[in-house]
This record gives sequence, C-alpha cells and structure tokens, in this order.
Amino acid sequence: MNEALWALGRGTGVVALLLLTVSVVLGIVTRSGRPLLGLPRFSVTLVHRNSSLLASVFLVIHIVSLFFDSYAQLRVVDFFVPFLGAAKPFWLGLGTLALDLMLAIIVTSLLRRWIGRRVFRVVHWFTYALWPVALAHSIGNGSDGTSVWFLALALASVVLVAVAVAWRVSANFIEFGNARKGETR
Amino acid sequence: MSRERRPAATLHIDWTLCDGRGLCTELLPERLARDEWGYPLARDGSGGDVPLAASQLEAARDAVALCPRLALTLRKD
Amino acid sequence: MSGMGGEVRPPRGAGRLFAAPASDLTSHLATFGPVPDGPAASHLLDELQASGLQGRGGAAFPAWRKFAAAGSGRDPRSRGGAAVVVANGAEGEPRSAKDATLLRAAPHLVIDGLLLAGRTIGARELYLVTTAASLPYVARAIAERTDATAIRLREVPEAFLSGEASAVISSLEGGPALPRDKSRRLSSSGLAGRPTLLNNVETLAQVALIARFGAEWFRRLGTEEEPGTRLVTVSGSDLAPTVREVVGGMTVAAIVRAAGGSTDTLGAVLVGGYHGAWLPAERLDTPLTGHDLAPFGAAPGAGILVLLESASCGLKASAAIAGYLAAQSARQCGPCANGLPRMAEVLEKLAGGSRDTALPAEIRRLAALVTGRGSCHHPDGTTRLVLSALTVFSAEVKAHLAGGCLADRRARAGVAA
Ligand code: SF4
Ligand code: SF4
Repeated sequence: MNEALWALGRGTGVVALLLLTVSVVLGIVTRSGRPLLGLPRFSVTLVHRNSSLLASVFLVIHIVSLFFDSYAQLRVVDFFVPFLGAAKPFWLGLGTLALDLMLAIIVTSLLRRWIGRRVFRVVHWFTYALWPVALAHSIGNGSDGTSVWFLALALASVVLVAVAVAWRVSANFIEFGNARKGETR
Repeated sequence: MSRERRPAATLHIDWTLCDGRGLCTELLPERLARDEWGYPLARDGSGGDVPLAASQLEAARDAVALCPRLALTLRKD
Repeated sequence: MSGMGGEVRPPRGAGRLFAAPASDLTSHLATFGPVPDGPAASHLLDELQASGLQGRGGAAFPAWRKFAAAGSGRDPRSRGGAAVVVANGAEGEPRSAKDATLLRAAPHLVIDGLLLAGRTIGARELYLVTTAASLPYVARAIAERTDATAIRLREVPEAFLSGEASAVISSLEGGPALPRDKSRRLSSSGLAGRPTLLNNVETLAQVALIARFGAEWFRRLGTEEEPGTRLVTVSGSDLAPTVREVVGGMTVAAIVRAAGGSTDTLGAVLVGGYHGAWLPAERLDTPLTGHDLAPFGAAPGAGILVLLESASCGLKASAAIAGYLAAQSARQCGPCANGLPRMAEVLEKLAGGSRDTALPAEIRRLAALVTGRGSCHHPDGTTRLVLSALTVFSAEVKAHLAGGCLADRRARAGVAA
C-alpha cells in the first residue's frame, strides 16, 4: 500500500511539474498575442488555462497521496506553512511555498472577473517565482530528483522556459509591437 | 435584405482594456477584422458596439470568456 | 436673506450671467435676489423643459432630461444609493475661458444652480470641480454664504481631456483624470456607482436664473432653437481669449465683432474649439445654432471660436491642432493612441509642402479607421477637425500638392500692398 502511494505521489508530482512548464510557456505565448505553430490564439489561451488547472489536480493527488504515506511524515501544517517539515525541511518547504503560490494564482485567475484585473495581474506575476521553486523542490525533495532521466527532463524544461522568458523581454515580443508607435503603456 | 432582423446582442469592446491580442477576431472572423495595429475592427464600421446575429452568440460568449484583458461584454438589448 | 429691499427685477439686456456689478454675495443678492426655496422639484423640471436650456459643456443635451434621468428611481438600471451632483468647471479646452471667467465673475450663480440641482434630484453629495486657478474664487464665494457648506471643492489638472465627464468622475474617485469606458451611464451609475448628474458650470448658472425668473423670461432672448444667452470665447489672430455673453442665434460674424475682433481679414473661423469644424470666411453670416452649423459639421459646443487670418495657412493651423490633440490622447485605447498621431503626421506632411497626392486619401482612410473606436469622443472630435480642414481648405490642399501655398501668397501680397 505504501509503495503504491509513494509511486503515485512521485508520478503525479512529475506530471504536475511538466504541466506547469507547459502552462508557463503558453502563458508567455498568450501574452505575446501570437498564434503558436498553427494553433490559433484562443486555443493557446485555452490550453494555457486547462494545463494549469490540470496541473493543480495532479498537485492535489500528489499531496494527498504523500500525506497518507507514512514515510513522508507530512502533517497538515506542512501543506501551508513552509520549512517546518520533519524530513528535508528546506526542500519540503519549497514544495509548500509552491503550493501556496499556486493556490493564490489559481484562485485569483478563477475569480478575475470579480477581483479586478490589477490583483489578477500582480498575483499572476508570482508564476515567475512559482515555477523555479517547484522545480527546485522536485530536484531536492523528489526521490527521482537526481536520476538521470529526471534531470534531463528538468534541463529540457529549464531551456524551454528560459527561451520563452528571453523572448518575453526581447523587443520584438508583442505582435504589432513595431506598428504601435503611439503607445506608451 | 428585408429579412434582416434586429441584432440578437451587441458585443461591447472596452477600448481602455483591449490590447489587440486578436482572440476575438479569430473567434468572430465574419464580424471582426484587425486594424493595422492589431486591434479589433468591426467589419460593418460599428466601432465599439458590434451587433451580432443569433448564430454568432456562441462564438461571442467564447470570446468574452477568453479575452485575456476582460475587455469584452455581451449585451442583450 | 430675502428682505433685500423689495422685488428684484430680472436682468433685461443680454448681460444676464454677468449682470451683477461685482462677484461678492451682496452684489449677487442685490442683482438677482435669493434663490426661491418654494418651487417643488417637479416645478423646476417643468420650467427647465419649457426653457429649452441645453448643456453648455459641449454636448448640448437638454438640461431637463439629464436632471430627470438622474432623479432617483427614474432609471431602472440604477444601482441606487443617494444621488450626486457635479458642477464641471474643468474646461480642458485651451481655447475656452468662459468657465473660468464665470467662476471668477459670478460664482454665486453657479453655486445656486448646484444647490438647486441637488435639491431637485434629492442628492446627498455636491461637488464642484475646477482648475487650481479658479478654485480660490469659488472657495471665497462658498465661505461667504451659510447654505453652501455641503459643496465639496475639488481640483482637476489642466489637460484637454480632464473635463470629459467620465474623466471628472474618475478623478473624483481618486483615480487619474482620464476618460473611462462608457458601458454604464452616469445617470444610473456614476460616482461610486451612484446616480450622478454632471453639468457644466454655465448650465448650472443658467438653471439658477431660470429658477428665479422662469422659462418665459429665459426665452425672451434668443431663438426658438437657441433660447436665452450663452457664453462664448473668441481668440486667435492677435485677439487674446475674450469671453462674451451673447444672445442665442447670433451670427458668427456678429459674435466676432462683439468680442472686439474684425472679420475683414479672416480666412476662416474654427467653431466649437479643437473638436469643432472650420467655417469659411464667406459663410461667417451663419448663426451659431446647431441647425445652421450642421452643414459644416460644426455645432455651438462650448461656444469656442478660433479666428484664422486669411494670410495664415489653414492646413498648417489644423496640423498644429491635430498634433496637439494626438499628444493629448490618453493613450488608453489602441486605435486612438496609434491612429491620431499617424493622422496628425500625415496632415503635417501635407501642410509642410509634401507633393504626395496620396496624402489626402490617406488622411481620410485613417479618419474612418479611428472614428467610433475609443472610449471617449476624442478620436471622433479630432477626425471632425481634420476632415473639415480638408473640405474647407480644399483649394489650399490643391495648392500644396502643386507645390505652393495660397496663404503664403496672400501674406506676401499683403506685405507688398
Ligand atoms: S480578445 Fe480582448 S484584448 Fe484581444 S483583441 Fe479582442 S477585445 Fe482586445
Ligand atoms: S479614445 Fe483616446 S482620449 Fe479617449 S479614452 Fe481612449 S485613448 Fe483616451
């Protein structure tokens, strides 16, 4: 039983991280206002939203399964307050931090029509903290964290996100950016 | 032309919010084009309140939900 | 307060708003008498409707309808809450000085009108917004009386768009003085979501007169369409901005002369300010009414007349204004932020002597592209001015495309003579 929970916890953690990577990259593409490889803009936005929702579902399974796993020694407080864990408190704490950020981002996204754009936007910026924290947690805490296949996967994700971020801050990022000379915002 | 009915609804564009990301133009191509800066341009010249036929309501609802800037509202008159 | 030595007689000449010899409360009461506190709210509404008074901020909307719409419970979409009245003295238009002049010379009439409006629609909050320069005059007037303590004075920045209705509301709410999306009406959901009546200060001053002397008196001057008097500001061609109170329906030429200007050497007059339209010199006999100005795309607006000498190039003048207007765009709306600078740039090219014959068509294309595609009327107003320039100065356009400039030629002929 414990074995199964452990495997479930590991697997869902990895999948959640990969989905998060997809969501981050597609979020950046959405911001650019461009279609992606034949995928129209509204689909990019849809996949961005759905992959993050799916990531949170996997995250919940990840957490719940490890909660019932005796080896992980998790208490309820560890889900919300970072760095109190019994085992590997730092690496576990990063996971807690990632969960808190994720919660904030998902909730403000679902409620953005009511809380206003500004809050939504500011909280959404936390993603740039969430993603590296989650990655660090998976490497430091995960039992596969230092295995070659996982490190390769992590490296590929880092490259993908790094390229997306570099593109994000480049001058040519916004579609029509060159035509919009009159704008200052 | 005599069978031209009243619009089923109007799609309102809040220009202070719209960033010309072009999702709505993809979803409602028969109603919206893009201008040379990427902003939605009503094909019938209706500016910021675009009349919609009943068959376009579905796509308009998607556009309202997916607009990254919350710039769209659907008004049934 | 009402015992000021018997009945006051209503002002008889065209000097109504400026009938009091001084701006203090005693002169005000001696000239106009106290605000009648008898008439029920509906009575003032009826008088306003009968008077035909229209808003004097530029939109010329019937004053009584605005009052009625903001009156509590009349608008089914209202979210409720106590109503608010705002007296708008922001006057962002650089060629207008009438609101500042009125607030300096007759602040008590504006205050009377604001109090009356508040009473009529049952408002709990009253605001008067104006620029820093005019604030002291209003503050002094409020301090002179006991019935105006409810009025809150607020400063707005001096910018072209800061007098726009939704910009005023935004700044009252602590936001930037920039226009907002118009999906909800002020009358039902204005300041903090409450029913809001926003009136130009001159409109309120006229309301204060109508409440005292009645609609019949108001209509004794002016025409059927343009009853009463209105304030105008005339400037340009060496004339410093001059404010006059004129009788409704006067011709543009007569107004220019009343302000001390001469029509002899004029090439055109810009009617309605920077969002207005040009009136060619040979048509200055046109009365300043909506109906008569409509063929030129112009309207009385806020009563702004800008004079242009025939020796000055109308295209250059228009290009300068278009450049100013493009720079004043709040840059909130994509088509306005991008389209106005582009349109101004092309007009500037044409005015500057480019002989590219595609320019006029390009201006028209850009004008059509931005019209109706902003949250306020700034694109539409700018377009109106630019298109009017192409029409009224069409001979000049031809001359420019042929490599000349008619105004230059006239100027040289003038010097030679
Ligand atoms: S989807 Fe929204 S932001 Fe994009 S162009 Fe349409 S209204 Fe503007
Ligand atoms: S239309 Fe232009 S001036 Fe008006 S709110 Fe939009 S950007 Fe500002």
